[in-house]
Amino acid sequence: MISTMQTRETPRPVLSVSALRKQYGSTLAVDDISFDVAPGHIVGLLGPNGAGKTTTINMILGVLAPSSGRITIEGYDVTTQRAQALARTNFAAVYAPLPGNLTVRQNLKVFGLIYDVPDLDTRIETLIERFDLQRFRDAKCGVLSSGEQTRVCLAKAMLNAPRLLLLDEPTASIDPATARDIRGMIRDIAADGHSAVLWTSHNMYEVEEVCDRVLFVSRGRVLLAGDPKTLPGQHGVASLEELFIQAANEPLSFGTQTA
Amino acid sequence: MSAGFNPRRVAGVILRQYYLMRSSPTRVLPTFAWVAIDIVLWGFITRYLNSVGTPGMNFVPTLLGAVLMWDFFSRVMQGVTVAFFEDVWARNFLNIFATPLSIGEYVSGLVLTSVATSIVGLAVMLLLATGVFGFSFFSYGLLLIPFLLVLFLFGIALGILACAMVLRLGPASEWLVWPIPALLSPFAGVFYPLATLPPWMQWIGHLLPPSYVFEGMRAIVAGHGFSWASLIGGLVLAIAQIVAAAWCFAAVHRKAVRSGLLARYSAESVS
Repeated sequence: MISTMQTRETPRPVLSVSALRKQYGSTLAVDDISFDVAPGHIVGLLGPNGAGKTTTINMILGVLAPSSGRITIEGYDVTTQRAQALARTNFAAVYAPLPGNLTVRQNLKVFGLIYDVPDLDTRIETLIERFDLQRFRDAKCGVLSSGEQTRVCLAKAMLNAPRLLLLDEPTASIDPATARDIRGMIRDIAADGHSAVLWTSHNMYEVEEVCDRVLFVSRGRVLLAGDPKTLPGQHGVASLEELFIQAANEPLSFGTQTA
Repeated sequence: MSAGFNPRRVAGVILRQYYLMRSSPTRVLPTFAWVAIDIVLWGFITRYLNSVGTPGMNFVPTLLGAVLMWDFFSRVMQGVTVAFFEDVWARNFLNIFATPLSIGEYVSGLVLTSVATSIVGLAVMLLLATGVFGFSFFSYGLLLIPFLLVLFLFGIALGILACAMVLRLGPASEWLVWPIPALLSPFAGVFYPLATLPPWMQWIGHLLPPSYVFEGMRAIVAGHGFSWASLIGGLVLAIAQIVAAAWCFAAVHRKAVRSGLLARYSAESVS
């Protein structure tokens, strides 16, 4: 198992993924993936399209059943203790916008009730302010720009102050300035030490800037894992992007789970 | 953040439907417009039949009453399915099903939404049928309550089953749901006794709880003996069908989680 905490004191991981597999007929989408994410850490899940990143995230979110393996969130098994596990989790994904026919506040109210958030109205106002959504409070989500919608999704993802935050390409299709703001918001979320963050992105610059640790996934397997700042040097390349391209093109040369 | 049945989560599902209704006249209108049109149409038909039929013969409680009750059933069913379709149309499955919300809480939210919308439809129908065409719901006496209850329960059962079908077959199968009430009405004996039907249709009719309601309704209007046992049989059948439909929805959901259909629902593909 790959630990995300090798140099610091190791607290109990928020997310623990163990020997995870997902098979569709003869296709192995995820093949024996294991990793932990500790509180306060941002772990990047990297890999080419179709590598198995979103499949892994879907299994962590309980919307896809693993063929085998185990996922626990704060010790709760996602398969057998789904409600407890998902009450401590939230997510934002570029392919899962909030319903465009409800306003920002209405969406936050609906999902706040579904996540059983205490003192919900106060929490909503706090998040609206935190994610700079005051102007859009009563605007329907469908009319917002991509960056604004991403901020609303992040506000929704923070409603239940999740111990585990899953972000699937949260900065895809938004401009660099907005992406930088969003990265800052996510860093702040992890910095207080309450939440663990699992992040997927194809932007190696932001991965290097934000993530404490990365996992390179290709053809359903973890090929490489380590600190994004030192990993390229360890493999004799200049940048994370170069390493990504090399790992994607020649996955066999990296063997499996080089921690 | 309890793991058991949580009313706040159910309230979240209902609130979403309320927000949608509140901001959209096009969603409010169908809750009463189509049933109102049906009542007006059948109201005039019964008025005409009364004028040309045998003196003393009153078609209002049989024909108009049957239309009203069948429309009530249809509204209940569609109340459940339309609430579900809102999540289909908004591609909201991932947001909804990746939460602690259980299937029981989700379906309860859909059912309670349907209770609210179908009561609106029933009120409008009663207002029109009573005010304009002299229909009296109370001509059925206290049996009105079990009549409506059986129709309500069957509407819920069929609504949940239709949701399971759309979850399994994909968004395009929504079009299979709309004609279901029309498809069932010949078998349920809405306007004629089941004995009118050929045996194979009668057999299907006996599996449909509304057929017991309409048989009972006609027996009362005609002043014949009424079988409580038969109506209770219909009630038990409707309850059993709700349990079966809920089991079916949960099974389809489990299969969709296993196959990956839920995560890729809009693609209508598990390959």
